[in-house]
Amino acid sequence: MNKQQLIDYTLHLADNALIIGQRNAAWCGHGPILEQDIAITNISLDLIGQARNFYQYAAQLKADGSTEDSLAYLRKEREFYNCLLTEQANGDWAQTILRQFLFSTYQYYLYQQLQSHTDNTLAAIAEKSLKEVTYHLRWSSEWVIRLGDGTEESHTRMLKATEELWRYTGELFQPVPYELDAPIDFLLLKNNWLKKVTDIFEEATLPIPANTFMQTGGKTGTHTEQLGYILTDLQYLQRTYPGCEW
Amino acid sequence: MEATIDKKILFTYLAEINDPEIPVLSIIDLGIVRDIQLSNDELQVTITPTYTGCPAMDMIATAIRVQLATLGFKKIKIIHSISPAWTTEWMSEEGKRKLKEYGIAPPNPKQQVCNDKLFAAAEAVQCPQCNSYHTHRISEFGSTACKALYQCDDCKEPFDYFKCH
Repeated sequence: MNKQQLIDYTLHLADNALIIGQRNAAWCGHGPILEQDIAITNISLDLIGQARNFYQYAAQLKADGSTEDSLAYLRKEREFYNCLLTEQANGDWAQTILRQFLFSTYQYYLYQQLQSHTDNTLAAIAEKSLKEVTYHLRWSSEWVIRLGDGTEESHTRMLKATEELWRYTGELFQPVPYELDAPIDFLLLKNNWLKKVTDIFEEATLPIPANTFMQTGGKTGTHTEQLGYILTDLQYLQRTYPGCEW
Repeated sequence: MEATIDKKILFTYLAEINDPEIPVLSIIDLGIVRDIQLSNDELQVTITPTYTGCPAMDMIATAIRVQLATLGFKKIKIIHSISPAWTTEWMSEEGKRKLKEYGIAPPNPKQQVCNDKLFAAAEAVQCPQCNSYHTHRISEFGSTACKALYQCDDCKEPFDYFKCH
């Protein structure tokens, strides 16, 4: 990987974690019951922690005065490289759960590979984060099963969530230029992901959608309308009161 | 003359700093302080976060600076290290005992858990109140990132369990 690729790839990993972390944070005080409100916000905290590690590293690589804060708060929509899946709306609990499950499964297998990346810092962040993601995956898998194989209402909502989100999963396994030299086996990643998702869906009595047209672009900065709303919220304070601290 | 430090003594001073979220444990009990080195006249303290998003880390770093400054160290550098990743194995036995006394179930030995098995019932967590193993998990995630919420089926008390990590 050349230096620019490494910077872009690190930002992509950071943006993924930050954006889905920010989405999950919106559940704070709104979860269906207290314990699950705490669960989803704890996951949010882990993800934002991971994002900080990646941003700090990206800032160090850029060596142009960037900081973790400037990277999170002062980049424009087109400069964000997160996958489209991470920015999708919370919707109902089913949609948030499914988004988390599809993403955690991806992160789980990605970090497994990233742990042995030749770049020591990325490998260390992956090793550390994998422990947290293991909990996220277990929690979200259980919820997919609970809702999919639950009541008629919860099952219907999971079907609707699947129909909404599946189209954003193809992008996860399509390498973009900065990923080409990343020592990631995308075929293995996809097979691991699909096997896990298929197993959990089967237990949840949910069908795997067939022949879905896959939306792409997030990883190179072409986003759905959702990201603009997230950044408006996330970046408001630093845009309005530059350099504000407390 | 080359200055030297006695790590053991410095560790006892740092053991006076408690975790802001679990005040019964010192940062030494938790295994957060990994190393202390003197490089030229700069004291370098290496710390590792329990969880990547742990909000207590900044407070802990500040507390270390203050503590060392009162001992007369002028140049202090806090190095954040994440590899090797922190594990509950690094928690001292004394720390585990204090946790239990405080009402938080200490982490189980590693080999029992840390897997991705669903609806895992295998993890027998002992109630810190009545010592019963007849307990169940209420939530994977508790009041802080490092804890899960359990309830005892015998004494009915809910309690925090310091997750294996």
